[in-house]
Amino acid sequence: MIEIDSITKVYGDETAVDAVSMTVQTGTITVIVGTSGSGKTTLLRMINRLEEPTSGEVRIKGQSTLAVKPHILRRRIGYAIQGHGLFPHHTVARNIGAVPELLNWSRDKTEARVDELLDLFSMEPAQFRDRYPGELSGGQQQRVGVARALASRPDLLLMDEPFGALDPIIRTRAQEDLRRIQRQLGSTIMLVTHDMEEAIRLGDRVAVMDAGKLVQHGTPAEIITQPATDFVADMVGDVERPLRLLSLIPLSDLVEDGTADGAPLSPADSLRDALSACLWTGRSAVPVVEDGAPLGRVTLDAIRARARAHT
Amino acid sequence: MFCLLGLAALLAPFMTLAANRIVAGEGITVWQLADTASVLPGVLAVMAGLALGVPAGVTRLRLGGSILGLAGLLWLLQQGTPALLEGAGDYARVSPALGFWCLLVVLLLLMADALAAMAPGPLTRGALLAGIMGALLVVLSSDGLAELSVLKEYAARRDAFGRELVRHLGLAFGSLGAAAVIGFPLGMLCHRRAELRSAVLPVLSFLQTIPSLAMFGLMIPVLGWVGNTVPGARSIGIAGIGFAPAFMALVLYSLLPVVGNTVAGLGATPPAALEAARGMGMTPRQRLLRVELPLGLPIILTGLRIVLVQNIGLAVIAGLIGGGGFGTFVFQGLNQTATDLILLGALPTVVLAITAAIVMDILVELTRRTPEVSR
Repeated sequence: MIEIDSITKVYGDETAVDAVSMTVQTGTITVIVGTSGSGKTTLLRMINRLEEPTSGEVRIKGQSTLAVKPHILRRRIGYAIQGHGLFPHHTVARNIGAVPELLNWSRDKTEARVDELLDLFSMEPAQFRDRYPGELSGGQQQRVGVARALASRPDLLLMDEPFGALDPIIRTRAQEDLRRIQRQLGSTIMLVTHDMEEAIRLGDRVAVMDAGKLVQHGTPAEIITQPATDFVADMVGDVERPLRLLSLIPLSDLVEDGTADGAPLSPADSLRDALSACLWTGRSAVPVVEDGAPLGRVTLDAIRARARAHT
Repeated sequence: MFCLLGLAALLAPFMTLAANRIVAGEGITVWQLADTASVLPGVLAVMAGLALGVPAGVTRLRLGGSILGLAGLLWLLQQGTPALLEGAGDYARVSPALGFWCLLVVLLLLMADALAAMAPGPLTRGALLAGIMGALLVVLSSDGLAELSVLKEYAARRDAFGRELVRHLGLAFGSLGAAAVIGFPLGMLCHRRAELRSAVLPVLSFLQTIPSLAMFGLMIPVLGWVGNTVPGARSIGIAGIGFAPAFMALVLYSLLPVVGNTVAGLGATPPAALEAARGMGMTPRQRLLRVELPLGLPIILTGLRIVLVQNIGLAVIAGLIGGGGFGTFVFQGLNQTATDLILLGALPTVVLAITAAIVMDILVELTRRTPEVSR
């Protein structure tokens, strides 16, 4: 568990982060979202003390981060940034093994960990281990950057706009990968973004920052249906709110007995996918099939009713 | 183009014959060197070598041609020297003249062009350099050329030559070492502190703009004063003239390239990599040793290369203030109007500088082993 306790950062007359408190549960993704200048990056950088807080403190598993030297603290916290920041003169393996090297892991242990991570990120170890970052595509560089941040099994992974430099298609894939890997490893992640879509897609919890203050901290559904301020509502986008909400709900929630024509969907797909399929093909219901076995159907009426239930 | 130039050079005087080491000699063209039978193979080899260099793009042919041509030149020198000296008097001197030098330059350019096109790896280049140096040594120590005027000057000063070579290298490498010892830490400090950088670099740039003669001249009163007033300074060799002022001047000239390139090299690290290094828990020292220095090393070595080549050249002027080195021969030669004595100082300097440049280039390339970053 990560506890952030009324942490504040003041630069001269300007308060970049104003008494922010929140708790992050182990094994969850918390996305901090805000416009530029909202203090979200400063908040993140105070957690591994790349910025020293003016007041307040952060506790990881009950221990204050102020109790250890900054560079020792940072070796326990993964850090992935926009533009990956890989070392151009080191191979992929050496880049991923950078923190284990700082922690004096044995060579065998590091090598095994590097291969394990490359596998996890769907990069063939034998093929990629000895390449240099300059020889990789943007998406591959980004994956190596995240793998490096995870190498020493850190208590916490901080990510600052990790997908900012990727084009939209690769970005979606990178987000799905991150979600999958986080579930698999049970990592605790705090991620900063300016993209509400990304926040809703990735976050177990979403924290919205505005002018240095934490204005709302809740589940994606809460952020969408009960925005605490006009600013949050703006960030979500009034017009897109129902669609964003539907994208959070799986078909398995609304599946009912009965049949429907046309191409089937899986119960893990979202109501938004089903709505889209209905509108596109002129159907009023879609069949739901899991591993070839029909589960039933989801109707357009049911989707409409579900969307209205929150407003 | 080069080959036409080379053919034209064949018509120019190939060697000069002078009555003694000081007077101007008269030019001798190739066919007057000796009897036709002994000149012809050399002329043919040179012409064939030039012809082989004509087809563009066939690098092996061009390389072979240049080697053949150089062998021809050597043959002509070896044939011409004894033939011209025969019956010309005890003090007569023969030297290579305009035609020889032009042909040498043309053929070397052909060779350099062919080698550049073949793009040999750093290790191959090292081996090539060693081979060429070895060949040069063998040629120069062979009896065939011993009667050439430059080598006669050498023979008369064999001991002095060795001494001045050591002196010259001592000046060039010693000042490089001293500049590195002062410059690296200074560069690292400048890298850390912007305000120090903006103070130090202009001062060093100013030093660099002082003409070298003036700099060596300035050292005389300054170090003379130090030698006379500071106790013990004289006993360790600090005086107005001699090794110390020359050494000091070279060190001052070296500081800008060393400090400037250290600052530039350390600053060449991508900001994101530096941020990541900090974020993963590297101490400032680890960041310097593991990230900034390895990434900056090629640029820092390039600075050392500039310094080394520059100092080998500048050290000649040390001869003027009694600092020793090959400059001694150059200035003696100037005083005596003995051109060959000047060459005895100048040619080894040029060879040293070129060798240093090539070796340093190889080192720079070896440190740049990692592929360039594509984005």
